[in-house]
Amino acid sequence: MQITVASGKGGTGKTTIATSLALGLALNAAVLPPLFLDCDVEAPNAHLFLRPVFENRKDVSILIPSIDESKCTRCGRCAEVCEYHTIAVLGKKVMVFPQLCHGCGSCTLVCPTKAIQEVPDVMGVLESGSTPSGINFAHGILNVGEPMAVPVIQQLKKWSTPQPGQVVIVDAPPGTSCPVVESVRNADFLLLVTEPTPFGLHDLKLAAQVAKELKIPTGIIINRDGIGDAGVEDFCAVEGLPILMRIPYDRAIAEGTAQGQTLIEIYPEYTMLFQQLLAEMSRIVDQQ
Amino acid sequence: MKQLVILSGKGGTGKTSITASFAHLAHTDSVRAVLADADVDAANLELVLSPHILEEQEFIGGKVAWIDPQKCEGCGLCEQVCRFDAIAVQEDKYQVDPIACDGCAACVHQCPTSAIRMEPQLAGHWFRSESHYGPLFHAALRPAQENSGKLVTMVKQQARLLAMDEKYPLIIVDGPPGIGCPVISAVSGADMALIVTEPTVAGVHDMERALQMTRHFNIPSAVCINKSDIFGKGAAQISSYCLDEKIAVLGQIPFDQSVTEAMVNGEPVTAYRPESPASKEIKNVWQKLIKLLQPDLGVDADKVRTG
Amino acid sequence: MKIIVTASSPSLDAEFDPRFGRGAYFLAIDTETMQWEAFPNPGVNAPGGAGTQAAQFVAKQKVAAVISGDFGPNASAALNAAGISMYLNKANGNIQDIVKRFNAGELQQVSAPTASGSHHS
Repeated sequence: MQITVASGKGGTGKTTIATSLALGLALNAAVLPPLFLDCDVEAPNAHLFLRPVFENRKDVSILIPSIDESKCTRCGRCAEVCEYHTIAVLGKKVMVFPQLCHGCGSCTLVCPTKAIQEVPDVMGVLESGSTPSGINFAHGILNVGEPMAVPVIQQLKKWSTPQPGQVVIVDAPPGTSCPVVESVRNADFLLLVTEPTPFGLHDLKLAAQVAKELKIPTGIIINRDGIGDAGVEDFCAVEGLPILMRIPYDRAIAEGTAQGQTLIEIYPEYTMLFQQLLAEMSRIVDQQ
Repeated sequence: MKQLVILSGKGGTGKTSITASFAHLAHTDSVRAVLADADVDAANLELVLSPHILEEQEFIGGKVAWIDPQKCEGCGLCEQVCRFDAIAVQEDKYQVDPIACDGCAACVHQCPTSAIRMEPQLAGHWFRSESHYGPLFHAALRPAQENSGKLVTMVKQQARLLAMDEKYPLIIVDGPPGIGCPVISAVSGADMALIVTEPTVAGVHDMERALQMTRHFNIPSAVCINKSDIFGKGAAQISSYCLDEKIAVLGQIPFDQSVTEAMVNGEPVTAYRPESPASKEIKNVWQKLIKLLQPDLGVDADKVRTG
Repeated sequence: MKIIVTASSPSLDAEFDPRFGRGAYFLAIDTETMQWEAFPNPGVNAPGGAGTQAAQFVAKQKVAAVISGDFGPNASAALNAAGISMYLNKANGNIQDIVKRFNAGELQQVSAPTASGSHHS
């Protein structure tokens, strides 16, 4: 079962909750510890909470065009078909701008003299390892200056796959656009973490629409409960979105998470609460 | 004309709350500013600036492929060439998943029966509004859409054109979290980036990534620490890192319930409760920013009101 | 000679637009006759590749030089490849003023990027 933790708004506590859930499951001796994928490849933080020992590393690259000048007739067909303006034929020169390339391969296919070869261009890295509690951990890191997170997320999910019966927990990035969609894709359950404020509500509505569009069963976790207003509660009631957990605003939690502690390390009773949360999510999925 | 972008790396550090306060303070100090909300996925600035929408435009993000079932002969070449897992067979005919489609059109050029064409996607809308503190450009990307970078560019371009036309000295941009395409679009052309961070392990980690990004694009940057008192060691770590990297820390804003209360009330905190600890420190940061962004702002930095 | 100047609106007394890749309009002008034609910048809203699109568009107009306020790395590389000279204007003014300055040899010629751009390595 794949559970993706997302939010819409940044800073609501996705990583805190995803890592706490993972640790809660790992502490249940009756099941396999989960596989944790940190898909927030622009700003990955989960490793700061779960502290894996990294053993494996893999470069993430996309295939960019390399033009054989001796075969190129400057016909310009490659530049014509490129939707991303990666190739420019100017005078006698053919220029390639690698950072604009999406790795689609179209130019290579259309070149009438087969003058284009595809070569890998590294844009990020994947790392994996295990945590002290036995969680299998993997994350992706997008290289600074690279614009596209999606290929890193795609390759992370292909590279790090679960064992039979292993629960997968995915920590998604903030927002509602393509990196989030890629992280959420194939989830059996979507946990949306929000805060009870106008910003939290506004962005929860957007995230809930993504969930609807992707047709994934969804549950809500309200973090920092008590700091704002009742807007989020009212919205969830109207939309029939089950509120699966409420974490009260608590200075001890703020200070603990500031230092990289999960909820379980701050309040051990959360172990049981997260194990129960998994049971509830499984129950909802089985009912689908 | 100067362009200031507010970033964070990590989400939730307080970019939007602080940007809203800057909009209020600029207005009170008679620094005419155009405001832009570049966080198009999750645009929150409008919730605290009470804007009236004056103009709404459709945003065509990109194109997705569509296979004409009448012309499709089921050869499957499109599926073979698609690098984005966007094409699958459904009862002998091939279909494109518009969410997975990247718009590369490789399939269009390979299809032997010319059965595929590209269809423009309505990806969202952008708005020109008048807020309490000046013109606001903002947008709403439809959920699960691509091309947020392109929409950010549109919002900024519109802000820039208005600022040039009507001689506004300052553009204030509320940036998105992260460091990828939308953030790169948000910092493009900025004269200065203010990175709002929080003294948590995650906040520090992501601040460093954000600073690497602004350095990569040669954008002069400064930092301010929000919710500074929740983890003293973290704040010290940030100050020390910035000292080593020769980056100014313009202020340390303490955690203050007033910020949330102001948000619930639909106002910037500096307008809602000017004497609160957060408001006072935000004003302090603003005054330093004014000095750094001179001389084009048309304001006498020493006369900018204090306290 | 035929040159292009980046402008904020399509006329000779338009305000100069300082950015090449994101300039609103390209004004193609014959510096001797002052005959001109305006084109909206096709790549103005592209998130990436604005510079290269602008450069390719300019190259198609068969001009000898471009005047703008900043040239990013992609645009600069592309214009160099196309053999089009780049001139920098940093002062305010309308398009007519700028052409006068160009004719008087007051504008600096550049061949390297003047702006950091975005989407480049």
